[in-house]
Parts: sequence; structure tokens; C-alpha cells
Amino acid sequence: MIQIQHLTKRYDGKPVVDDVSLTVERGQIAALVGTSGSGKTTLLRMINRLVMPTSGHVLIDGQDTGGIAPHLLRRRIGYAIQGHGLFPHRTVGQNIATVPRLLRWPADEIRARVDELLTLFQLDPDAFRDRMPHELSGGQQQRIGVARALAAKPDVLLMDEPFGALDPVIRAKAQADLRQIQRQLGTTLVLVTHDMTEAILLGDQIAVMDQGRLLQYAPPAEILRAPATPFVEALIGPDMRPFHLLSLTPAFRIATEGHATGTPIPRDATLRDALAECLWSGRDALPVEGGGVVTLTALRERAAP
Amino acid sequence: MAAAGLFLLAFLASPGSFSWLFAPMTRNGAPAIYTQTPLWSLTLSHLTLVAVAVAASTLVALVLGVLVTRPSGREFLPLARTITSVGQTFPPVAVLALAVPVMGFGAGPTLVALFLYGLLPVFENTLAGLTNQPAQIREAARGMGLTPAQRLWQVDLPLALPVILTGMRLTAVISLGTATIGSTVAARTLGEVIIAGLLSSNTAFVLQGGMVVGIIAVMIHEGFQALARLASRRTG
Amino acid sequence: MTLRADRPGLLFALIGLAGLVLPLVQFKPNRIVPGEGVGLPLPLTALLALILLAGCLHWPHIWRLAGGLAGLGTVVLTLGGTARMLMDQAPDLARVAPAAGFWLLLLAFSLMLTDAVTRLRPSLRWRWLMLAGVVGLVVLVLTTGWLDQVSVMREYAARRDAFLREGAAHLFLAFGSLGLALLVGLPLGVAIHQSPAARGPVLSVLNILQTIPSLALFGIMIPIFGWIAANVPGAAQAGIAGIGVFPALVALFLYSLLPVVSNTLTGLSGVSPATQDAALGLGLTRWQVLAWVLVPLALPVLLAAIRIVLVQNIGLAVIAGLIGGGGFGTFVFQGLNQTAMDLVLLGALPTIGMALVAGIALDLLVQSLNRHTPRSA
Repeated sequence: MIQIQHLTKRYDGKPVVDDVSLTVERGQIAALVGTSGSGKTTLLRMINRLVMPTSGHVLIDGQDTGGIAPHLLRRRIGYAIQGHGLFPHRTVGQNIATVPRLLRWPADEIRARVDELLTLFQLDPDAFRDRMPHELSGGQQQRIGVARALAAKPDVLLMDEPFGALDPVIRAKAQADLRQIQRQLGTTLVLVTHDMTEAILLGDQIAVMDQGRLLQYAPPAEILRAPATPFVEALIGPDMRPFHLLSLTPAFRIATEGHATGTPIPRDATLRDALAECLWSGRDALPVEGGGVVTLTALRERAAP
Repeated sequence: MAAAGLFLLAFLASPGSFSWLFAPMTRNGAPAIYTQTPLWSLTLSHLTLVAVAVAASTLVALVLGVLVTRPSGREFLPLARTITSVGQTFPPVAVLALAVPVMGFGAGPTLVALFLYGLLPVFENTLAGLTNQPAQIREAARGMGLTPAQRLWQVDLPLALPVILTGMRLTAVISLGTATIGSTVAARTLGEVIIAGLLSSNTAFVLQGGMVVGIIAVMIHEGFQALARLASRRTG
Repeated sequence: MTLRADRPGLLFALIGLAGLVLPLVQFKPNRIVPGEGVGLPLPLTALLALILLAGCLHWPHIWRLAGGLAGLGTVVLTLGGTARMLMDQAPDLARVAPAAGFWLLLLAFSLMLTDAVTRLRPSLRWRWLMLAGVVGLVVLVLTTGWLDQVSVMREYAARRDAFLREGAAHLFLAFGSLGLALLVGLPLGVAIHQSPAARGPVLSVLNILQTIPSLALFGIMIPIFGWIAANVPGAAQAGIAGIGVFPALVALFLYSLLPVVSNTLTGLSGVSPATQDAALGLGLTRWQVLAWVLVPLALPVLLAAIRIVLVQNIGLAVIAGLIGGGGFGTFVFQGLNQTAMDLVLLGALPTIGMALVAGIALDLLVQSLNRHTPRSA
């Protein structure tokens, strides 16, 4: 659990992060969203004290991080950034082993951990362990960056625009994989993004920031249904609201008894996928794999606040 | 910069009025200012030597650089690159000393050494400027129907100009310093003042010779940098 | 293989043929006065002309390499042989000095060899082997004594002890000043990397130092060290004096600072900010970031600085000969004073050789490092 209490950062008297308080529950994903200059990255970097707060506290599992030497604190917190920041002169295996080596794990444990992580990220350990970062594709580099952040089994993982440099197809896959791995490991994750779609897709809670202030901190559905300020509304984009809302629920949740023809949609396809399929195939109802149907009427109900 | 230039001019016009500056560095009543040959005349012949050498090496290096980057000269390109990188490891003093048996003493060997040594930076930068151009520009020029000659004069050379000027700057500054050593083979340069100082243990001579060359070197350095900035501002 | 002309080969042939027409050696009654030219024996002239003309045609590069090597070997061995033959009946004072023909032939075949090596694009390992091979061959030819009657080697024989002493002094000057420059320049480069405000002033001072003509800088060091020896207690006992190796060493050191400091800065600045940020974020301390990330990634640029400095200092150390600082420059300037060109050569040739070997070896080192540590992922 991460508790941020009245956290403020000023540069030359100007507040960049202004009295922000929020709590991320254990095992949850909090997405920090905002335009550039909103202070979201500074807020993230104060959690692992890459930026020293001017005032306020960050507590991790109840312990004030201000009392820990910054480099020791950071070894307990995973950190992954846009453009991955891999060490170009170290192999993939050495990159992943960075923090375990700093923590002086035994060599065989480090080796086992590297292989475990490569497998977790669907990369064959024997093929990738000894490659250099520049020999990998962008998507592979990004996965190694996250694997490196997770190497020492941190309870908390911080990510700054981790998918920013990826093309849309690879990004969607990376986001899905991250969600799955985060659930599997139970890691508490704080993620900075400027992309509301990504925040809605990944966040259990979304924190919207503007000019250093926290405008709203709430689950995605609430942000969409009841944006706290016009700025939050603009960031969502009024034209996207119904679709964002639909994308939060899997199809099987609203499946009802009934009959429909045509190709069924997967159980965990989102309602947004279902709407698209209805419009595209000209159907009023779709069968869901494993039984039940989703009707256009039900979708319409779900697409409004 | 302007102040240094004015100071230099004043010093060369009337070295005697600056003897108070150098007197503390003399011992046993030795003269503070070198008077065997007027300093302005040494400066002039020093600069002439350097100017002639730099002009000659720039001209030759440019022509060679253009030749080996044309399709007909491409065969020479790898060799030319190797020669420039190996050639620049030759110590300038050794080149100077080796020119003496061929040329005898005097300004000749100095000129030859400065010329030969000065070829390399200009040549290297000409190559870099002509070969490192963005492919799109080359393609665009071709696409607009420029002939190879037009491409060279209207596109390649203007774009390479800042880099070529940097090469000329290196050549000029190295030549200026190396020319002082030319006075060990009897060329008339400001090195004469420094050597006279070394032979008579007169620090004032060493300093005034070094000072004049140093100020000129800084001015040439800045001048070429300004030119290169101007050239690259024009091309954006 | 076709009968297509190879134009670089044509150029080498022109240079080489000019060399064949000019005298190979000067046969002089003593080391100062000019002498009469002596050419190559006819069969050897024919052999070399054949190699040169064959070089004008397209051959596999490895053959051209062999041709260049054979030509070089023949020219050098002929020089030795001619000297032996001429000196056999000549008085002891007589000298057989290499002349224009020899130098042109040497140039032509070196170019042929270089061209072949360049076009062969050998792997790094082969280039190391070739460098070692060439150095080994030179040492072998010199130690067999075949060249002992050539004027330069006569000068060497007369000054064997001085040569070794000045050679050691030259190496000490070049490497000692490099070591000092690294000792001071690396921390200075790291320091101005950490505090950008200091960059401008430090670099402009070092830039101005570089514009002082080498001769003057060496000269200025003499009174400074003389003053130190006279006024700092213990300095004179430590061997510091206005004349000798110290002024030269410090002058070279000052010249070396700019390349070391500016390349350290360039190398460190070239490391991507994302990499440094990630390193800090993972929990490396500032020193660990420097040692694990910044320095390894900046290493190729640092080595490039070492190459610049070493080659430059080997060359500039010659000037130390003018201020009594020792080194091969001693022979060069003695030779110039006495108009004894063989003595000039005795100083200049090993200097050039050292600079060449240092330059090529460090180039190879930089390349092998660049292959292993790409600057960015």
C-alpha cells in the first residue's frame, strides 16, 4: 500500500506538485494522467525519491520513505521508464540482474530469477539471456525493461510512460501482458501516462492531474460518469465517453438469456467490442461464447451514466 | 577579441613602448624587446608563410576531395581515407625535418611541411562534408534534374562549406604553431624570437614571440568559427 | 581476372617508376657533403618495375598485398645490400644514405600495401596480426644487421647508448604526460560534467592553452621551473630544474588536458538520459552510476582522446630536444644544426614509427571497443 500525504514539490517557489494526497491499495494499479507539465512524472519520482519532496510524506506499507537512504529505498521499488533505459553495454541477462546483484543475491538464485522473468515475459531464456539490448525489437526491449524493474520481486512498481515508444499494435499487446502479470504477481503499480485510454484500460484508480494539483482520484467508471471538473471531461473527450465506459465491462457480465444468430463473441471481449460488432454486422443481438446474448438495448443502457 | 586585436596591433607598431611589460622577465640588463628584426616584419612573413601554405593545401585538398567523391574517383576513396588517418599521425616536426634534405634550409621546407600537413584536415573534412549528406537531399537534387556538376556546385559544396571551414581552421591553427618551429630551419618566422629567447635564456623574448602567435591563433580560431557559423546559419 | 586497369595501381606505378629512375642511394665521402647517386642493379630494377606494372591490372587483393610486401622487402634489402657493397671498399668516413629513389619506392609499395589492406577489409583480429607482423619484420630486419652499413644505422651504431637513453626519454615524455593528463583530466572532465556552470570557463582556459605555440609553451616552462627549483624547498633535491625533462613533461601535459577533458565531457554527455535515470531509479548510488554505466559507455570516446594525446605527444616531444628535455628531438635538432641529415633521420624515423604504431594500435582498440559497447540500445 502506498500512502501519499500532502506531497508538495516547489522549484524556485513555484509548485510543480501541489499538496497531493492519495492512497494506492495493495495489488492495485493507479494511473496518473495529465498533460505534459501537470506534475504527474514529478509525483511518481517523489515516490522513489528521485525527486526530493519539498514537504509531505510518502508511506509504503505504513513506513515513511523519508527515513530510508534513497538508493536502498529504490532497490525495493521497481522502476521502468519510456525508452526503457536499458544499459546498452550489458546483456539482457545482466540488465535484468542489476538489482539482485546490488542486493547481493547468490549467483545461482540470480540466474534462476533471470530465466524465470524471461519466461514470464514470453522470451526464451536460452535465446535472449546473452543478447545485447540493441539486438532486440522495441517491444522486446520494453519487456526487458519491465522485467528488470521486477527482478528483485518489489512490492511496488513505478512506470513512467512505459509504452510511449511502442507502435499501437505492440502497445496493445504489452498493455494486456502487463495487466496479466501484475494480477499474477499482486504488485502495487503506479503508472504515469498522458493517454486516457491507457489509464482507463489499466487503472483500478485514475488520478487526473493538472498544473500540479490532483483534480480527481477515482475508479475509471466514476471518472467517466462524473468528471470532477471541465478539465477532466476535456481530457476524456466527450466523444469518447460512451466507448470508454463500455470498454470497462466484459461481455459475459451483461449476458442475458436469449437467442441470437451469427458468430459468437469471446466471453471476455469488452462491451465496446460487442457494440462495434453489432454495428458492423448489422445485428441487434450477439451470442456470447459459453452461453447468453448481448443485446444492443443492453449496450445502450450501459453506455450512458 | 577586438581588445586583443588592438593590443596586438599597438604592440607590433611600437614594441618599445611595451618594454615595461616584459622588463621584469629579463635578467642582468638584457633587452626586454627583440630588436634584431622588427617584430612586425617577422609577423608579416610568418603570416604570409601560413597563408600561402593554407591556401595551397585548401585548394589541393578540395580538388582531391571532390575528385575521390565523384563516381570516377570512387576507387581512390578507401585509400584516401586510410592515407589521411595515417598521415595525421606523422609528427609535424618530423615532416619539417624531413623536408630539409629535399628543399635545403629556408622558407622552402617550412612551406612544404605546412602544405603537406595542412592537406589532411581540409581533405578529411571535405570528404566528411561531401559524403555525410542526408540521402533525401541527394535524391531531391537528382529528382529535380540537376546534372552532377550542378549538384556539386549548387548543393553539395554549399552544404559542406561549414565542415570544410572547420578543416581550414584546424589547418590554419596547426600551421601557425608549426611555422614557429620553421625558424629552426632558418625560415623567417616569429619562432626566431622564441629561439633567440631560448638561446640567451631571455624569457621576455620567449613570451613576446609566444604571445603574438597565441593572439593571432585565437583570432584565426574565432574568425573561422564565426565564418562556419555564418555558413551554417545560411544553410540552416 | 581480366585485363581491366586498376587506377590506384596506376598511380602507385607512376610514383614507383619515378623512384626507379632516380638514384636509390647517395654515396657521400662523409656525412655532411653531398655525394653521387647510385641506382638499383638492373635485374632488381626489372623485378620492381614488373611488380609495379602488374599492379596496374586487376588482381585479387591478396596478390596485391603480396606484391606490396615483396616490393617493400626488395627495396629495403637492396638498400642494405647496396650500402654493404659500396662501403666495402670505401673509407670509414664515407656514408651511403637513402636517396629520393629509395623514398619514392618505399612510398609506392607502402601505398600498394595499404591499398590492398584497405580493400581486403580484414577482420579486427587480422589487422592486429598484420600490425604485429609488420613491427616484427622491421625489428627482424634491423637486428640481422643487414642494414648496418646504411648511413642512419651508422649514426645509430655511433650513438647506441644515447639512442636508447633518448628513446626511453621520449617514451617517458609521451606516456608520462599522457598519464598526468589522465590523472588530472578525467576527474576534471567528470567534475565539469556534474556542474555545467564550470564548463565554459574550464574549456576556454584549456582552449587558449592549446593555441600557445608549442615552442613558446616549452620555452615558458624553463623559467617557471627554474624559479620553482630556486625557491621551493626540496624541489631541487627532487630533481626539478629549469632545464631537463620536467619543463617538457609539463608542457606536454598542458597540451594534453584539452582533448582528455573535452572527450571525457563528450563521452559522459553522450550517455542517454533514460539510461542514467533508469540506473538511479533502480537504486544505484551516484558512484555506481559513474562506475557501472557512465564510464563504460564513455570508454570509446575516452580511448579516442588517449589516441589523440598519445600521437600528438609523441610528435610534440621532438620539440623537447630543443630545450634540453631529451627525446629523439635531440638528434633531429643536432642534425639540423650540423646539416647532418642522417642524424635528423635517426631522430625522425623512430618518432614517426612510434606515432604510427601508437595511432594504428589505438584505432584498433577503439574499434574493438565500439563493437562491444554500442553507445545506445
